[in-house]
Parts: sequence; C-alpha cells; structure tokens
Amino acid sequence: MSTLPIIGVWLGGWAINLWLARFDTRASRAAVAAIFGLTLIALWEMTVRIHEVPAVILPAPSQIAASIVQNRSLLVTDFVQTILRGALTGWVIGATAAILAAIAIDRSPFLQKGLLPIGNFVAALPIVGIAPILVMWFGFDWHSKAAVVVVMVFFPILVNMVAGLRATDALQRDLMASWAAPYGASLILMRLPAALPFLFNGLKITTTLALIGAIVAEFFGSPTKGMGFRISTAVGRLDLPLVWAEIVVAALAGTCFYAIVALIERRATFWHPSQRNNRG
Amino acid sequence: MPRLRLPRPDLGGILPVSTVLLVIVAVWYAAAIGMNARWERDQAARAGTQVSAMQMVGLTLTQDRPVLPAPHQVAAGLYQGLAGQKITSPRSLVWHAWVTLSATLAGFGIGAVAGTALAIGIVHSRSMDQSVMPWAVASQTVPILAIAPMVIVVLSSMGITGLLPKAIIAAWLSFFPVLVGMVKGLRTPDAMQMDQMRSWNASRTQIFWHLRLPSSLPYLFASLKVAIAAALVGTIVGELPAGATAGLGARLLSGSYYGQTVQIWAALFTAAALAAILVAIVARIERGTLARIGHRA
Repeated sequence: MSTLPIIGVWLGGWAINLWLARFDTRASRAAVAAIFGLTLIALWEMTVRIHEVPAVILPAPSQIAASIVQNRSLLVTDFVQTILRGALTGWVIGATAAILAAIAIDRSPFLQKGLLPIGNFVAALPIVGIAPILVMWFGFDWHSKAAVVVVMVFFPILVNMVAGLRATDALQRDLMASWAAPYGASLILMRLPAALPFLFNGLKITTTLALIGAIVAEFFGSPTKGMGFRISTAVGRLDLPLVWAEIVVAALAGTCFYAIVALIERRATFWHPSQRNNRG
Repeated sequence: MPRLRLPRPDLGGILPVSTVLLVIVAVWYAAAIGMNARWERDQAARAGTQVSAMQMVGLTLTQDRPVLPAPHQVAAGLYQGLAGQKITSPRSLVWHAWVTLSATLAGFGIGAVAGTALAIGIVHSRSMDQSVMPWAVASQTVPILAIAPMVIVVLSSMGITGLLPKAIIAAWLSFFPVLVGMVKGLRTPDAMQMDQMRSWNASRTQIFWHLRLPSSLPYLFASLKVAIAAALVGTIVGELPAGATAGLGARLLSGSYYGQTVQIWAALFTAAALAAILVAIVARIERGTLARIGHRA
C-alpha cells in the first residue's frame, strides 16, 4: 500500500508532461524538463521516507541539502583545491599545449600522418590509469592532479584542432594565395577562425574529462582536502550525505564549466550554421 | 611567397607512424635515464663512490623500482604477466584482463540495450523526448566516473559485490553515448523519406524496421565505439577502491601502493591493448554490417 503515493506522484507528473508536451514552445519545453527532474527528486524523497531506507545506503535529497548547508566551508575548500587548482589549471595548460602542437603538426604532412593515428589511438585509451604514476612523480598536492588533467585533455583537443585546421576548402585557400597572404596571415585570418568550431567541440568534451581526472587522481593520494579525498574518506565514515553533497557540487561544477565554454563558443563562432540555427 | 600546392606522393601510413613511435621510444629512454639518475646518484654518494656516465646508463635502465621504467622493462613485465604465468594465477595479467573484460562486456551490453530502448521511446513520444533528453544531455557534463568508486563501496555495503557493481558503472557510462547517438540516428530520415513510407501506408513498426533502424546504424556504431571505450574506463576505475583484488584497476592500485612501477605500466599497457582490441572489433562489425546494408562506410 505504501507504494501507492509514489506511483501517484509519478503518474501525476507524467500526465502534466503529456499535456504540456503538446504546446512545444520554448517555455513549455523548459517546464517539461523541470517537472521531470522535480518528479524524480520527489519520488526519491518519498521512497526514502516511506520505505525508511537507511541514510547509509541512500540519503534523501533533503538530507543532502542539509549536509551541503552544514558543510559549506568544507565544500568551498574542496572546490578550490580540486576544481580551480587541479582541473582548471590542467585544462588551460593542456588546451594551450594541444593548440600549439596542432598548429605545429599542421605544417608538416609527415607529422600529421605519423601523429594523428597515435593521437586517435591515445584519445580512446583509459588515460585515467596514468594517475598513480603522475601522483608518484609530482607529489600529492594539486600539481599532480593538474598533470593528469593535462594528459587527459591533450589528445582529444589535439585531434579536434588538427581536423579544424584542415577545415578550409580549396577555394578559400586559393583566395588567400591570390592575395599573396603569408602563412601567418592566412593562419590567423582564415584557418584559425575556421578551426574554432572544431576546437570548441574538443574543449567542451574535455571539460568533463578534466573534472574526472582531477577527482580520480585524488584517490591515489592527496593532501587532506579535495573532492576525491573527501569522497573516499566520507565513504569510509559512512557519511553518505556528505558524499552526495560532494557529488552535487561536482555535477554543478561540471555543468557550469561546460555551459561557460558553450557560451564562449556561441560568442566566438556566431557565424557558424550550427549556432545560427540555435537562435532561430 | 605563395606556394603552389602540388599533390604530394602518398607516404603511406606506416613510415610516419613508425618514425613517430621510434621518436617516442627514444624520448622515453632518455627520460628514464634522466628521471632514475637521482636515485643512483644518491646511492653512489651514500656509498662514497663515483658513477661514470656509461655505468649510469646501465644502472638507471635496470632498477628494480624505477621512477620511470624503461620500455624494455615494461615489455619484460608485460611478457612476464601475459605469458610467464599460468592464466589462472592471480599474478597473470591475462586473468586480470579477463576479470576486467567480463565486467566491461556485461556493462556495455546492458548500457547499449537500455540506451537503444530509451532512444526508441524518445523518438516515438514527444513528452518523453522533452522530459528525458535535456537531462540526458546535461548528464554528459557531470563527472560520473569520479563517483564510480563510491558506488562500488555503497553497493558492497549492501552486499552486492563481484562483477555486478562494476558492470553497473560500465553500463551507466556506455548508456548515454548510445542514447544520444541513437536519438540522432533514428531521426535522420528526412521528411521526404517519411512521406514515402506513409504513402505506402506503412505502420509505425514497419517505418521503424525498414527506414529508421537502417538509417540509424552509422550513428549507432559511432556511439558504440565511444561506449565500449567508456565502459572499459568505467570498469577500471570501478576496480580502484581498496578491497578489490582482481582486475586491471586493482593491479594499478596495488602497484601504486607498493611502488611497483613496472607493474603499473604493464597493467596500463594491457588496458590500452584491451581498449584498442574492443574498439577494433566494433569497427570490424560496423564495416561488415554497413557494407551488407549498402552504406558506404
């Protein structure tokens, strides 16, 4: 009997969405997604309350929210240590290195043919595995986490950027050549802008990778702060609400990181068809 | 000076790739000598002896626990792990790779089937599309993998251990690429093709089997390749928490605890080879299937 209200809430949310989905405007789409999310959270809360699931297994959303408020200074420390120092530093260094490497590779067809298959291969590998090695080399603090992130983001960005630098067509290149444009000018004025959509694709993919690398590297050794450290110690103390609080922070950070890059993309590549279609 | 771009003779893939690989190996050796030298110098200073440059090269490349093992040491470790043991021995990399592979495949299977099923639902129901898709896309930006070890610990506290928890993580990671790819793929038929089906009075089921599914296959395989690599990474990370004794992830962790760098590198290369083989198998199936239904792959 106790499952009846849960099913009721589910059916109610579903019915509202079925009705809303027929309008298909921007606002109704946002509302449908929001209702779906809220329904899930409500179901979660109700299931935990009604069936008295112990917090050790699955804490209720309200407990997680309480834990976030209670541990906010701890969460901020971890956020700075893992996201800002580890992930962001590594991501910036890795992206810069990959862009420069791509421009260098692009000048030499020999390097392109040699490095691209290897780059594609490495991009598919379980690179997180190098985390223990890099933690050994660079110590427990955020430097080793940034190093893991550099390696993780380098190859996806490299592969995308090299593809992007080749995205100009013969007509455009001929036009630059007929103006006697030197290499530098045609690179900056024509090929880099043409490569931007590809570059941003790589940058967006790697935002998540950067967070994953920074957090997972902390499982192999860290100072007494950081999200990965907190997750593993909180699991040890069976403080599951704190674990989930860290997960919520990580999820929000990941989404915001992605959204910021996507926003910059929209500003920088406003001329690209995929961006123009989004507006219309 | 504008240069005329003459068509270059095709160098073939092998020469450039092997050159780059040779360079990498050379750099690796140089780095191994450089990074291991400090320990040898400390040892020599403690013993009050001098080490000549040639001796240093020899010593740095044969250390037991080098900071960076030389390629031949890793190769020896790999050979030792793959062929030097009985495959049932817990020292055998084949055994560890099998533990990882079975969880990967189980998770990949679950994730691919669930992703495809949900994609079919989303394509046919507008309310499902609007409810689920924004969250599916947003969930791609969440570092799910980072919480994998925690999932393992929580599940084991509920009494679920062994293959299943790892498979759940692998399934979760391979689910989203398949879902997003399949939704895109099932929507590729354009209005004209759909109208054609309708003019033949085709039912929804017929449209699905004869139009939507075949035209989604290229997307399906593209996302399957991403998904199987993700499933492997998920399984390996799922093997990281202390307590796991089997699998490539456990090898990585125990290697890092005991400073067995050769063991870490050997496990890493096994994982890399496994990833390459799995992706290659999917690519092979892709080529065969697409050729049979007449796509130009």
